[in-house]
Amino acid sequence: MGKLREVELLLNQTQKVRFERAMERLQSRTNNSVIVADSIPFNHDEAFLKGHGTSLVDGESLTTVCGVVNHVDKLVYVRTLRARYKAEVGDIVVGRVIEVAQSRWRVELNSTQDGLLTSMNMPDAVQKRNTSVDELNMRNILVEDDVVCAQVGESQRDGSLQLLLARSHKYGKLHKGQLLKVDPYLVRRSNLHFHFIESLGIDLILGRNGFIWVGEHAQSNDPMVVDNEIISSKTRQSILRIGNAIRVLSTLGFTLTPAVIMETFNLSHTENVQIHDMLGSEFHVLVTEREAERRTRA
Amino acid sequence: MEYVNPEGLRLDGRRFNEMRQIVAEVGVVSKADGSAVFEMGNTKVIAAVYGPREIQNKSLQKKNDHALVLCEYSMAQFSTGDRRRQKFDRRSTELSLVIRQTMEACILTELLPHSQIDIFLQVLQADGGTRSACINAATLALADAGIPMRDLAVSCSAGYLNSTPLLDLNYVEDSAGGADVTVGILPKLDKVTLLQMDAKLPMETFETVFALASEGCKAIAERIREVLQENTKQLEYRRAA
Repeated sequence: MGKLREVELLLNQTQKVRFERAMERLQSRTNNSVIVADSIPFNHDEAFLKGHGTSLVDGESLTTVCGVVNHVDKLVYVRTLRARYKAEVGDIVVGRVIEVAQSRWRVELNSTQDGLLTSMNMPDAVQKRNTSVDELNMRNILVEDDVVCAQVGESQRDGSLQLLLARSHKYGKLHKGQLLKVDPYLVRRSNLHFHFIESLGIDLILGRNGFIWVGEHAQSNDPMVVDNEIISSKTRQSILRIGNAIRVLSTLGFTLTPAVIMETFNLSHTENVQIHDMLGSEFHVLVTEREAERRTRA
Repeated sequence: MEYVNPEGLRLDGRRFNEMRQIVAEVGVVSKADGSAVFEMGNTKVIAAVYGPREIQNKSLQKKNDHALVLCEYSMAQFSTGDRRRQKFDRRSTELSLVIRQTMEACILTELLPHSQIDIFLQVLQADGGTRSACINAATLALADAGIPMRDLAVSCSAGYLNSTPLLDLNYVEDSAGGADVTVGILPKLDKVTLLQMDAKLPMETFETVFALASEGCKAIAERIREVLQENTKQLEYRRAA
């Protein structure tokens, strides 16, 4: 059994047995995983398109990364597991501003490059030229350490990564919440990335780059206006509980979907686990057992 | 001094073509994109890979459409018997360069333009063969980070003492003054990426020693493949839903 990455769990004997038993139930019989320089078996009759993670050497197809081989129609490619986020146009991402540069903001995205936000992409921007007043005003809009939610735009000619803030109240500066960083492969591409949990009044945004935002529901229509009310204690606890649920799931390496996150959140309530105890070994073992149960049922 | 006794046993009881015990593990530095620990006998090395990420220092970028690969080799001050005075000396600079060239030849840098890959290698315990252990650890860490590579770069060393070629020298055998040949190969493509030698050897002896080191490399490649396969399989099982 591989060692867990983020946290070295100190499991006592019974916990170890339960954990290993639950992990065994997760093993499936099919094994499509490959590592670097494995030959990919394919039918020579059909003309295959060789996609990401493959290379042609002396007429033989070799893999270039560790991952899982996928066949889609005539395309063969290798899906990586632990790689950095690879930006694709139209993806929803969450990022943190790391620098206010000349006429643009540099955003950290856990990708091969940092994202760039210009004031042209702001929701209220009309197509106008940047005046010097606008440049001096940049710090009034976004500063270092602010968290933003944006969509990936077209790649520029010099290879830099452009981000867009669309004209919608859902994108924009995020405040009153927590940013969590997980591995990008645990966040699936889906149509819906913004989840409003009504019962708790909490927004959950799953960025495709592995950055997840959990925060109080943003009421205001203008994303740049900051609402300075203090969050209630009850909302704060829910935010922390969901945050810890996400941390546990990411340590164990399970895919993150809103359903799984809410199930873990509910599990912590039914088992009466304190928020800080959620990161302890007992809760990890419970979540593993529950996940094994869920998958064998499905 | 007798390094190989009449029965054919070396100082630590190995035969001439036996390697030291290998322990390899992936995913040990949680903050890094990829990391690994590689042990060959008492030599223990840890590798951490960060990247591909935004280039930090634009002046270092020479080729615009290729990734920039940076490598730093250092020995911990407690890694050898006497506490080392300086962490970065000429040997560390040379080894950083050598390892960087070996790994750069093996990474598909043209697939990652405008980015930088940092490889950090730290020797925790030095008992001969540190550069081989570093290359093996770096390969594991790069594979863990999902960086595309042509093949797994593996490395092993061999020497010649008491008229016998010896595989995988430890520190005592290395300091004996005989030849020490370090070989780095890409096993699947069957290519040599690194070849270094100290001291002198006649040509036929060199070929024997080189062949022995290559065999050692192939054995290490098997071990590395096992570790990566198990790791990938486990990650996929846990993720799949």
